Amino acid sequence: MRVLGLDSATNVASVAVMGEQHLVAEAWLNTRKTHSQRLMPMLAQLLQEADLTLADLSGLAVAIGPGSFTGLRIGLATVKGLALVTGLPVVGIPTLDALALNAAGFPGIVCPILNARKQEVYGAVYAWREGEMERLTEYLAVSPEALAEILDAYCQPVTLLGDGVPIYRQVFHQRLGNRLVLLPLPQLLGRAAQVAYLGLRALQAGRRDDLHSLKPFYIRPSEAEVRMAQRLAGE
Amino acid sequence: MNELILGIETSCDETSAAVVAGGRLVLSNIISSQIPTHQPFGGVVPEIASRKHVENLTVVIQQALDEAGVGLRDLTAVAVTHGPGLVGALLVGVSAAKAMSYALGVPLLGVHHLVGHIYANFLEYPRLEPPLVCLVVSGGHTSLLHLEGKRRRMLGSTVDDAAGEAFDKVARAMGLGYPGGPAIQRLAEEGDPTAIEFPRAWLGEDSLDFSFSGLKSAVINYLHRAAQRGEEPDHAAVAASFQAAVVDVLVEKTILAARQVGVGQVMLAGGVAANKVLRRELTARGKAAGLDVYYPSPVLCTDNAAMIASAGYHQLKSGEVAGLDLNAVPDLPLVTQ
Ligand SMILES: [Zn+2]
Repeated sequence: MRVLGLDSATNVASVAVMGEQHLVAEAWLNTRKTHSQRLMPMLAQLLQEADLTLADLSGLAVAIGPGSFTGLRIGLATVKGLALVTGLPVVGIPTLDALALNAAGFPGIVCPILNARKQEVYGAVYAWREGEMERLTEYLAVSPEALAEILDAYCQPVTLLGDGVPIYRQVFHQRLGNRLVLLPLPQLLGRAAQVAYLGLRALQAGRRDDLHSLKPFYIRPSEAEVRMAQRLAGE
Repeated sequence: MNELILGIETSCDETSAAVVAGGRLVLSNIISSQIPTHQPFGGVVPEIASRKHVENLTVVIQQALDEAGVGLRDLTAVAVTHGPGLVGALLVGVSAAKAMSYALGVPLLGVHHLVGHIYANFLEYPRLEPPLVCLVVSGGHTSLLHLEGKRRRMLGSTVDDAAGEAFDKVARAMGLGYPGGPAIQRLAEEGDPTAIEFPRAWLGEDSLDFSFSGLKSAVINYLHRAAQRGEEPDHAAVAASFQAAVVDVLVEKTILAARQVGVGQVMLAGGVAANKVLRRELTARGKAAGLDVYYPSPVLCTDNAAMIASAGYHQLKSGEVAGLDLNAVPDLPLVTQ
């Protein structure tokens, strides 16, 4: 069983192929060029270099959110296009679940945070238990201060991951002091390898998402919907 | 052998997929309109449009294939609108089209939305050939083009609002809601188009450019003044007089363009090309000026993927194939050769 994973949820564009015994191939770019221009060429080149075609795959996994709305749609529309033609099963993988795996084995609390703009982060709290990354909270869109308070309450060492770290590290440091432990930089950002790995596990467990109705997990409604709800509430 | 092109269009608020054979035979043309979704907001909300596209697209593509009785492996190429339009909306179609073209191992064709609108006419009239003048008129565009052989030349375009935009803004000012074009057209049917003398912007005797923002302001001012005087304006007369002013300028400049470049055929394209008064006036005044006038049926005036597949077919024939790095370009310029 081989699963192709795609992650375009943040500034990182990444594609990977995960086998049952080991990671087969991975491409990862954190540069400014748009996902729309690089994702498909990366995918095509990676498969070619790995001597694989789509026919050699058993499934497709995609980072489904939260993340950049546009980035999520590029990834999902790409996977939908591939799946429509190949008939391969598709699974959407929560972006934060995949990111948390970068801290597998960490003895304490693991908290991936993505820059959600508007002074907020997307985040969730995890702990590594018996070889599994267990999620302890809902997926959240909250202020870094509020999240720091949640983390503080666990009274344990905490590690943060994600593109929210360089922006909000000070907020968390202020609250958590030396209980905040940061991992080496190469572990900071998301990887398609983790998406593909979780996709493989999900498919092995018999899960598959409906190709047509699968949509990004945005967490937040659109601005227009927020304003409309406010207007209706005000009436 | 008839090439089968899958067309995909997601530039604004219609999710559309179509299969076209040999560039001119529409086997299917599925259009999933989002109008009811955007109506409460009084106009198209780009983020919501993008969200809807990603939820609808594969369903619409599958329907287009099923209705055409065509299997994925029968496709010769995949054509997709890559601009101009709403960037987030375009990206959904472009991403899916690239993935399908790669997975099928068939050419990818990146189509300019306006070129698609032009090709809607060639779908409607299989024997129609350039040279001709085409007026592309929609919510996003008001352009006069000269088509000669394979060449396209921009003769003029709007310097401010697109004609369809003016319809939408005036409709909103009159409380008619979105979309504005059909609402004004319906109301205007009961009004006198000569009741109110709204301004026509000619921009100079030989100009083929358009301007609708002055007209839009004049209508809004007219409504304001009536409101200040505590009068209820004759809405049907306002709608009819506004529509007449837009149509007047569109028709006269199209005829002028045909005269300037010396062609005997003119055609309408784009969403506003569905307007009955525009069709009627251009046909009548065009005929009087010795011109043959063409316009597509209403379904081919709206944003649809059949026109994109048709334009894509011609690009395939001339070797204009895109790479997997094809991007969505919200302000994609019209290639003029
Ligand atoms: Zn259009």
